[in-house]
Amino acid sequence: MTLLSVRGVSKRFGGLQAVNDLSFDVAAGAIKALIGPNGAGKTTIFNLISGFLPPDSGEIVFGGEGIHAMSSCEVATRGMVRTFQHIRLFPKMTVLENIMVGRHVHSRAGFLAGMLNLPFTWKEERRIREKSREIMELLGIVDHAGTEAISLAYGQQRVVEIGRALACEPKLLLLDEPAAGLNMRETNGMGELISRIRDLGVTVLLVEHDMSLVMKISDEVVVVSYGEKIAEDRPLAIQKNREVIRVYLGDDEC
Amino acid sequence: MARRYLPVAAFAGLIVAIQLGTLSIGAEYHLTQLTMTAYYSLVVVGLCMLIGYAGQISLGHAGFFAIGGYVTAFLTTWDLKTNHGAVVSLLERSGALVSRHDVYGGNLLTVHPWLACAAAILLTVAVAFLVGGPVLKLKGHYLAMATLGIGIIVYRIVLGTDFLGASDGISEVPGFPLPGGLLISGDASSRISNYYLAWGLVILGMALLLNLIQSRVGRALSAVHGAEDAAGAMGIPTSRYKLNVFVLSAVFAGLAGVFLTHYNGGIGPSEAGVMKSVRYVAIVAIGGMANLWGSLSMSLVLNYLSLRGYFGTYDDTVFGAILILIMLFAPDGLLRRHLVSDLKRMVSRNPVEEDAP
Repeated sequence: MTLLSVRGVSKRFGGLQAVNDLSFDVAAGAIKALIGPNGAGKTTIFNLISGFLPPDSGEIVFGGEGIHAMSSCEVATRGMVRTFQHIRLFPKMTVLENIMVGRHVHSRAGFLAGMLNLPFTWKEERRIREKSREIMELLGIVDHAGTEAISLAYGQQRVVEIGRALACEPKLLLLDEPAAGLNMRETNGMGELISRIRDLGVTVLLVEHDMSLVMKISDEVVVVSYGEKIAEDRPLAIQKNREVIRVYLGDDEC
Repeated sequence: MARRYLPVAAFAGLIVAIQLGTLSIGAEYHLTQLTMTAYYSLVVVGLCMLIGYAGQISLGHAGFFAIGGYVTAFLTTWDLKTNHGAVVSLLERSGALVSRHDVYGGNLLTVHPWLACAAAILLTVAVAFLVGGPVLKLKGHYLAMATLGIGIIVYRIVLGTDFLGASDGISEVPGFPLPGGLLISGDASSRISNYYLAWGLVILGMALLLNLIQSRVGRALSAVHGAEDAAGAMGIPTSRYKLNVFVLSAVFAGLAGVFLTHYNGGIGPSEAGVMKSVRYVAIVAIGGMANLWGSLSMSLVLNYLSLRGYFGTYDDTVFGAILILIMLFAPDGLLRRHLVSDLKRMVSRNPVEEDAP
């Protein structure tokens, strides 16, 4: 079953055609990787899918609903959550509080209820805390619950950011270069974590430069170059794809 | 839960102690300035919520204060006796108008203070919604400039409108009646009750804001402050939340304007002035930005000193200087939230090891 469908999406920035008539599907329950050389338009594609940018043309269908005209907030409430290439944790908030923000779409206390501290919010707050703690236990960061999130080591900040996204209980998790800046050991851990997230029933779409990680965990890979799709296949087939080898290594084959 | 309200109770104790203090030294006239301080503090804590927690700025809060004050002043002094329109008679029959004597012994028929207060708050909310929508799309300096513009517009309007008293403002505003025979007015006989009413209102406002900060909405606002794009990606409707907190803080300013106008018996255009807005921002800044208690205590001290005339003709200079010094040397404010833990960390040798389990 298709969870996300990108259909003929284009985006132009001035004279630069960042994304050109791009189409691909993400099947529910899969880990799909989006790869391509630097400047291929991967992050732009993420921004288009997650509602950070509106596409010039084409449609993006998520769970049977067209989301290409929605804001990032509306997209998130429908069960698609992203992380950022440059970690965007909330400063001056603890790890626990960061993850609690992730529960926003699953709670409802508004300004008035919050100010009056209405009894229904107590129960809600308790549930938010419990769920956040559960996620921290799953990710092994419960010891850092009370630490300011941005004071953690880089690799741990990544995990917190993923935890915050998981707190939204997304159907689709978009990971923008989850292994960027991680050492080899941390990268392996990240790979295992992503597989575990998929096993929880969360579909994953990731942009990643670490090829060994992509090949190890992905079910399918889309390759883009200059904003256009040049290949879409299983990891093993992608490794043998002549066009992919050409864009990565150049025309002059050894 | 108890931890949240303990400081509130302690503050209430301080308010009682100050009153008893003035009583014991026979200086009860200080309560007048302390009561006015309370209403200004209401503006400050509302602004602190906007600046410190939601990360937005307003250099136009004196404008919202003035909207509240001027609407209630105008409606409660505007004589409707000679006006025999259908609306007036309908209002009169529904009890929305009151008849009272003016200082010359004549008879006045004016809007009831409660209705005037409601109208004042409604207008404050409407203006805040109307200007907040487009203005809050701006960030940083641009937002500061735009809100400064709002403040200046309100100031020029009240200064240039004849029926608002132009440069004289509006005087002879009646007291604001409350249940139980209480009256918000500057009458010396009700000095003590007014002192407690005003600070009671501040304490109530503080309790509401402290609750809000601890709630889901408070976390969301803090997230918007820290990383707006990431907050949006978590499903937080960032523009709506910014607008709501802007309106909320405008309502605090508007309410303060209403009650202080009834207390003072009038309002003048200086209340809408830019320097008043700067003063509120300076107090929030020195109070530690994201620190309601810091802002409140600084407001208590500085407004009181200012109202007692300790700064003399340098009144505005003091607040301008405070703003400059804070921005230069302590951009997180003097009484910032983590001041105590920061100091502890500076004192202890191995801060990191301490945190380890």
